[in-house]
Amino acid sequence: MALKTEAVGKEWEGTTYQVGREKIKEYATALGIENPVHFDVGAAREAGFRDVVAPPMFCVVYALPAIAPAILDPEVGMNFATMVHGAQEFEWGDVVCSGDEITTAPRCLSIKEKLGNGFYVFESTSVNQDGAQVLRGVWTNIVRGA
Amino acid sequence: MAEIEVGDEVRELRVTPDKYLPHRYAGASGDFNPIHIDDEFAKAVGLPRNILHGLYTMGLVAKASAVALAGGDPAALKRLSVQFRGMGVPEQEIVVTGTVKSVNGNRVVVDTVATQGETKLVKNAEAELEL
Repeated sequence: MALKTEAVGKEWEGTTYQVGREKIKEYATALGIENPVHFDVGAAREAGFRDVVAPPMFCVVYALPAIAPAILDPEVGMNFATMVHGAQEFEWGDVVCSGDEITTAPRCLSIKEKLGNGFYVFESTSVNQDGAQVLRGVWTNIVRGA
Repeated sequence: MAEIEVGDEVRELRVTPDKYLPHRYAGASGDFNPIHIDDEFAKAVGLPRNILHGLYTMGLVAKASAVALAGGDPAALKRLSVQFRGMGVPEQEIVVTGTVKSVNGNRVVVDTVATQGETKLVKNAEAELEL
């Protein structure tokens, strides 16, 4: 069955996330990450950071709210009943600290059929309040029997 | 720090997520998909039980390489790509192992695998760190 591919190249409006110390602490605790730079502003500053630092994979906290509308868009038309998160890639730029405002914008990179399954690939680009890139994400969702 | 060479085994990470870990991760990440936090819902859609978030497992992979090679420095990890495979479940040990694939100046690439019992949760994972 041919996949709908009109959404390839589509861009969605970005969302902005305000990073806070308590949220970083909550994320680091869930992952069992122990470095005090994620918990204590004094330790973070001593290590050369401007404030409590987000662990790299904290990126899900600020990027997921941005990517969700793209994944849910009826124009993309994924069948959620048979969708799985197939692959994920992140590239990090500047470190994210408490107080940062991160704006993430998603785009549909490709929609392709392989061996009867649909591969839906999205890209997200996140920049901080100074315009520096902090993250590029490539999100691959696979719809079985698309 | 000791010289890192291609083929080196990276110190493994072992974690047993408790029964309520998916709930805490849902709160921390904002991903409240019921397959992760509602056992009855998960079973109703054909899963063995509520399953771990794939991005939680990816978080463990990120943590493993940063702790083993960079003393937990949050600025060291520059790139991480994974393919999700089997489904992870709470209350069973996850083992993250890695092998150094390449060394280029201060850039190190590590091949990483996360398994739980016989199940591969993550395969073809590649972490690139700047040390």
